[in-house]
Amino acid sequence: MVDWFRRTKKGLLGTEKKVIPDGLWTKCPNCSEYLYKRELERNFWVCRQCRYHFRIPCDDYIKILLDGDYEEFNSNIKSNDPLKFKALKRYSDQLKSAISKTGSNDAIKTVIGNISQHEVILGVMDFRFIGGSMGSVVGEKVSRAIDMARERKFPLIIASSSGGARMMEGIFSLMQMAKTSAKLARFHEEGGLYISILTDPTTGGTTASFAMLGDIIIAEPGALIGFAGPRVIKQTIGHDLPEGFQRSEFLLEKGFTDIICERSKLKQLLIKTLDFFCLNE
Amino acid sequence: MAGIILDFERPIIELERKIEEMREISAADGVDLSQEIEKLEEKLNKLIEKIYSNLNRWQRVQLARHPNRPYTMDYIERITSDFIELHGDRYFADDKAIITGLATIEGRKIVLIGHQKGKNTKDNIYRNFGMPHPEGYRKALRVMKLAEKFNKPIVSLIDTPGAYPGIGAEERGQAEAIAKNLFEMSRLRVPVLIVIIGEGASGGALGIGIGDRILLLENTWYSVISPEGCASILYHDAGKAPIAAEAMKVTARDLEKLGIADEIITEPPGGAHRNPSKMAEILKEAILRNLDELSKIPIDELIKKRIAKFSQMGSWDE
Repeated sequence: MVDWFRRTKKGLLGTEKKVIPDGLWTKCPNCSEYLYKRELERNFWVCRQCRYHFRIPCDDYIKILLDGDYEEFNSNIKSNDPLKFKALKRYSDQLKSAISKTGSNDAIKTVIGNISQHEVILGVMDFRFIGGSMGSVVGEKVSRAIDMARERKFPLIIASSSGGARMMEGIFSLMQMAKTSAKLARFHEEGGLYISILTDPTTGGTTASFAMLGDIIIAEPGALIGFAGPRVIKQTIGHDLPEGFQRSEFLLEKGFTDIICERSKLKQLLIKTLDFFCLNE
Repeated sequence: MAGIILDFERPIIELERKIEEMREISAADGVDLSQEIEKLEEKLNKLIEKIYSNLNRWQRVQLARHPNRPYTMDYIERITSDFIELHGDRYFADDKAIITGLATIEGRKIVLIGHQKGKNTKDNIYRNFGMPHPEGYRKALRVMKLAEKFNKPIVSLIDTPGAYPGIGAEERGQAEAIAKNLFEMSRLRVPVLIVIIGEGASGGALGIGIGDRILLLENTWYSVISPEGCASILYHDAGKAPIAAEAMKVTARDLEKLGIADEIITEPPGGAHRNPSKMAEILKEAILRNLDELSKIPIDELIKKRIAKFSQMGSWDE
């Protein structure tokens, strides 16, 4: 028996694992700092140490942007699993569990509400719902939000967080890119204002359609934004990707976003922008 | 036939060889085998019909990717005259994975755009395997705007394994380039005809795929992601592509059932690659007929219909 491997001193046992009371504290996925949840919430779900912007449920995001009450519309639209899709899991089961996890019927909420003196149509995607993917329901809700903004002559704001088009609805998902872009073209022609907010992550078919078509495009710091996912690119080119590739700061540098804005200052920026475009001189 | 033979094509190729051999014997020895040859030819036709009417989705995908299948340039050579290729996006480069130009078909002037794959390895490297960079989409848009300015209809031939996933493509805004095309194509003030001639992979295909009608050749596929891509994400195994192709319902006939395809263009027996000239003839007829119909619709109505067409796509309950 080799004694070298046997622990003789108790001091080598390492420190005891910290027990974190469930629900009160959370760990920053970026810098591993333990954060007090209530404080984190007050800080707009941004890590006080590394400024990491947490991915948050759409309801929390809506509350950050809007004043007081708002009204949700088209919340009843639901996927009917048109392809009866099944891979390792049944799509219908995935839908069920996502619905019970998030309390909403799909990966976006569209609401009408107020920001300062402006009435706006706001859509906020929810990454928790099958990776914020865009299938028929997301496409249809975005389209109807655009239509509503057009009819009422309200500004349109969409905050994206999405892995892209939803594979489980095949060609239908792809066509949502066409649908939302065509609707935005019409909105654009009639002089509507559309502000696109990119949060972590915004990729694939979502980026390659409505997310990149804003009159103004605002990105949260450090968000992953791109067309192809970094893993696919790495696999294709066969070597590592440069530091900061496809992050908000990279997009700003390359000219594909207007401005990077911390979540805590986002509402202020929106008010200023809305005031500029929508108030008389 | 040169090049790759797909597994399910093998019985056909074998029978064809046999017929060829009998012809040679008959010619060399002066023996009359015409009756036997005729019988075998009849058998061959039945075999082709039987095999091709029972292909599964993955086999259709393989046909869509057949290396002998005609590409955009092959159709340009066969059905247009006086083709003038236009190069470059006027911003950054000329993308060889997308061809754009001015063409005449039977006296009708059109602007033609299309993905272009290579015929061999060297050619494929030049064409980047038909996978465009942002400059390809921007070139296409520039030329489509030219068509709009001079009131010429647009025909877009789609055949791509996807938009290229690379560093340069992301740096130069692949997503923005595609999004911009969807936006602009939906409101082009000329008729736009889309034909899927091979592979229609995701945003890379859709980026030049918004139009008044969507036609698909019989042995093509068009979906949100390639079967391999879907398989590697949802099954953690790209080898499960055949199952993914079934699950996503990717073929031309599927798209007809799902209400996406306006017309399926029948290919010559055994697929486009077995008779490219015949295929080109069939395609030419379909293009001319559809353009004739589209050109009769007043342009404002046409655009309204185009937007309505994409607006109704999807499936949901409420």
